[in-house]
This record gives sequence, C-alpha cells and structure tokens, in this order.
Amino acid sequence: MEYLWAFLTGGALCAIGQLLIDLTSLTPARILVTYVVSGVFLGAVGIYDPLVGFAGAGATVPLTGFGYLLAKGVREAVTADGLLGALTGGLEACAGGVTAAVLFALVVAILFNRGDKTAKIAG
Amino acid sequence: MKLTEKEYGVLAKKRSPNSRLYKTVPVAFAVGGAICVIGQFLTELYKSTGLDVSAAGTLTSVTLVFMSAVLTGFGLYDKLAKHAGAGTLVPITGFANAVVSPALEFKTEGYVLGVGAKIFIIAGPVIVYGLAASAFYGLLLFIFGQA
Repeated sequence: MEYLWAFLTGGALCAIGQLLIDLTSLTPARILVTYVVSGVFLGAVGIYDPLVGFAGAGATVPLTGFGYLLAKGVREAVTADGLLGALTGGLEACAGGVTAAVLFALVVAILFNRGDKTAKIAG
Repeated sequence: MKLTEKEYGVLAKKRSPNSRLYKTVPVAFAVGGAICVIGQFLTELYKSTGLDVSAAGTLTSVTLVFMSAVLTGFGLYDKLAKHAGAGTLVPITGFANAVVSPALEFKTEGYVLGVGAKIFIIAGPVIVYGLAASAFYGLLLFIFGQA
C-alpha cells in the first residue's frame, strides 16, 4: 500500500511539473527552484508533513521533498539553538544529498568523457 | 485543399503543444512515480537494517543520486529524460543529473572553471533559493514562536 501511495504521489508531483513545462515557458532550472521553494513553504505551513507520512518516498524523492527537508531542518535547529538555527538547520539537513551530488559529479566528470558512445575511462 | 475556419481550428489545435499533453503527462507520471517507488524500496531496505527514518531517508537520497550520476555518465539518464520530461526532472535524480551533466559537458574548460564552476549552474539557484526560503522561515519561527 505504501508503494502505491509513493507511486501516485510522486507521479502526481511529476505530472504537475510536466504541465508546467508544456503550458508555461518555465525552464527546467526554474521548475526545480519553484519546487524547492514550494517544498519549504508547504513544510513550513505543515502540509507536507502528513503527505510524507502516507506517501513516504513519493513525497520525499521529488524536489519539493528537498525543500521540506530544509524547512524541517531549520525548525529543529531553531528549537534547539534559537536564531542561529535559521542559518544552520537547512544545510545540515540536506548535507548528505548535496555533498553526494557534488562528489559523484566530480568523480563522473573525471571518469567519463561527454560524446563518447562507449563512455570509456578517461584516465 | 480548402479548409473551413472550423476545420482549420481543429487542425491547429491538434498541432498545438497542448495536444501533446495526453502523452507527455502520463509518461512523466509513470516514470516519476516509478523513481519514487525505487526510493520507497530503498527506504524500507535501509530501515530494515536498523537505521532511523531520517538516516534511511538520507541514504536513499544518496543512493538515488549515485544511480543518477552513473546513468548520466553513460548518457542513459539524458536519453530517458528526452521521453520522460518532468518525470526525470522533478525527482532528486533529476537534481543529480543537473549537477553531473554540466560537470561532464564543461570538462573541456578545465577542472576549476569548467567542472568546478558548472556543477552549480542549476544546483546553485536551487540551493540559493532553497536556503534563503528556509532561513526566512527560521527567522519567522524565531520571532513568532513555534506553531
């Protein structure tokens, strides 16, 4: 059942993104920015928490989930450390994903060459 | 071939981007949903090893980012993205693709201003506005108290 809700929720969030692509002139970068900021907002007003509760990865894997993670991190950090938490909570919460993306991007850039059909090791 | 105004209208509507929605939206839904199902599977897997929800979630993100990075390296993610549109853009794998793809593309411009700088060409704005929004939320929380 969790898998079904993950599929339906994640699918719906992607379908909304596709509608934005097809019906507006929003570029992919703007859509990603919109999703993250929306996620922060939805997390802040408490709408995203219950969504994560029943849809699991269907809510956390789309980029709105990234925004939700930022909001959640900030909320916890402000509770613990006061105003300082507003500056530390966001990055702390998303540190794993962001560092992984940067690190893997660097490794892939070292190992692969764009345009190679057989993606050989660059050396 | 002569067209009446009505026939022309029907034809024009058929050719307009909106008629593609019947195809693009379901494909985006299916692919994006499938990526989330993989995420759900990974989360359950990591939770079953005794990790708490938060750690399992982070590890799921890291795994999906890794898979996307490898597929992007082989040029496969971009091939899928051509058909799946937002289905491959909106999940965190799309964010990873937006980090890896320019890193690879601008390798010819060197490791500092090519790879190092272009890694953030799309991730940068996402992080800038995400962090700004979250810091603003933190400020509001601090001033008005926890809800």
